[in-house]
Amino acid sequence: MTRGGITLLQRIRYSIFPGMLSKPKDREGYRNFFNSLILHFRPRSVQERTLRISLTWGLGGMAVVLVFMMFATGLMLKFVYQPVPDRAYDSVIHLQNNVLFGQLIRNIHHWGGNALLIIVFLHFLRVFFSGAFYPPRQFNWIIGLAMFLAVLTSNITGYLLPWDQLAFWAITICTGMLEYIPGIGEWLQSLIRGGSDIGPATLSIFFALHTPVIPACLLILMPFHFWRVRKAGGLVVPRTPDEDPGSRGDSVPTIPNLILREVVVAVVLIAVIMVAAVIFNAPLGAKANPGLSPNPTKAPWYFAGIQELLLHFHPLFALFIIPVLMLIGLVSIPYIRYQTETAGVWFASHRGRRMAQVAALTAVIILPIGIIADEFVIDFAAWMPNMSPVVRNGILPAAFVLAGVIVFYWLVKKKYAATNNESIQSVFVLLVVAFTILTITGIWFRGVGMALMWPWEVSNLTP
Amino acid sequence: MPKNANEIESETEPTRRSFLNSLWIILGGVALAEFVAVAFAFLRPPKSKALKEKAETIVTAGAVERFTPNSVTAFVRGKFYLARLEDGGFLALSRTCTHLGCTLPWIEKDMKFACPCHGSTFDITGNVIDPPASRALNIYPIIIENNMIKVDARKPIKRSTFRVEQVTYPKKKA
Repeated sequence: MTRGGITLLQRIRYSIFPGMLSKPKDREGYRNFFNSLILHFRPRSVQERTLRISLTWGLGGMAVVLVFMMFATGLMLKFVYQPVPDRAYDSVIHLQNNVLFGQLIRNIHHWGGNALLIIVFLHFLRVFFSGAFYPPRQFNWIIGLAMFLAVLTSNITGYLLPWDQLAFWAITICTGMLEYIPGIGEWLQSLIRGGSDIGPATLSIFFALHTPVIPACLLILMPFHFWRVRKAGGLVVPRTPDEDPGSRGDSVPTIPNLILREVVVAVVLIAVIMVAAVIFNAPLGAKANPGLSPNPTKAPWYFAGIQELLLHFHPLFALFIIPVLMLIGLVSIPYIRYQTETAGVWFASHRGRRMAQVAALTAVIILPIGIIADEFVIDFAAWMPNMSPVVRNGILPAAFVLAGVIVFYWLVKKKYAATNNESIQSVFVLLVVAFTILTITGIWFRGVGMALMWPWEVSNLTP
Repeated sequence: MPKNANEIESETEPTRRSFLNSLWIILGGVALAEFVAVAFAFLRPPKSKALKEKAETIVTAGAVERFTPNSVTAFVRGKFYLARLEDGGFLALSRTCTHLGCTLPWIEKDMKFACPCHGSTFDITGNVIDPPASRALNIYPIIIENNMIKVDARKPIKRSTFRVEQVTYPKKKA
């Protein structure tokens, strides 16, 4: 078995790690080998300041960890799940009851997928508020938005797969929203549903999107995103508002400074998701019944804001015009001509911070008042019975809101003598906080017949 | 970026190389367009007509006398409600809410359809009582033959509001 004093086992080992033959066989040798592997993906050194947790909060790294966690658990689920309406629900039940660790794997996939959506949203906020979208990072903002949409689509398509009442009706509503897109709405709806109703074709399509199409998109976009970060010279370097933008600190070696921090974030995140998955089971309602809509039927939580908008605006506005305007606004953020460059300064400046607080406070005060007023006082249908619904529930309130936003923009700009960086940021804060409040209202304050009620009354309803 | 001699030449006058290059690009574009067209044709939902004709979708609801005026009867198989109005006319109403597609229950004591999803309500003729729904319920054609009511549940008819012409009346017995 031995030749030249080397056992078969050692020969196999050297064939796998050829570097070990020529180098001293000690810990240094191993380290060199793995380090050079890591340095194929990561830069050799990084700016010391970008390592601060208060710059990134580890959010980008967390998103990567979660994506791979989803790949791993999703692959396992694929072995048990059957994407046919008659079998889907039963296969999920079978997974939970008969497959060893089946419930756990489903829980990890469920909570991990929801966490991923929250993490990428927070990452998006962090990139905006730390000014990491100025040139040369403009296009990376767009790639990031594309991946955000991919993660959102992944969550929606995954939502249908258990084929329970929750899934069926939430997707009925979500795809029902498409009908209001002018011109192509009905065509798009039947394309996505694979027919006029939700049925076997819909499940096939959603399964195909969820399991190979979106993961493939993410696998292409993710390296693109990271490559652009490196091309921009690493992460945006954080600085205080008064610091000179040109000042750069010291560089430190990536190994161990960055890698160690990333491993810590990954391990903590995995532990948190695992604990959550052990304690909380992923929800599963009764088997889907196309003849019975539960009351209340709610969209998935990440669409609760849009569903809440629907209660206040004509569907054409709530589902098409407002989201499209929001998307155009988000895409154009890095391409606006700014008066100053504030890359790396949290909230742009001292003034920017104050204005952001004012904007957040404004939204926190106005939104609940508006929602309650629209529920109990404002009734355009009764006040203007002869007006077309598109005008009285669409154009009229939308123009009102738009005018409010523009007035807010001019007021803060005048009052603080602000640069457009700061004013645009404060409008962004206003809209993000407003949307968050709408989402919270939709999730916790809407009960039977979508009436406003307290969260404890709502939670009493759900069995 | 400095341009090499070839590129400068191709900008001024077409050479054989630049011609062949653009030919390749055009051919590549055509091939790509073909693949995209095939993908779209593949993904397009099949014509609903072809699918629906196979299914048995003319539902025989029953004799005219079975339905009392001012009543609504559910037909699960055809996914519709048969409403008999006070004047004796019939309407076959789709059970799908026109707002976002939830299934409507008929609330007997309030004499209305109430959507569990967003609170829209509709009256016995399918007209909207409460928004957010903005148009009346879809209807299906009704045929009355030999005093038997048949509903053609293949294709719903969209309408914005209720009109008297949509009602089907049984023939008065002579």
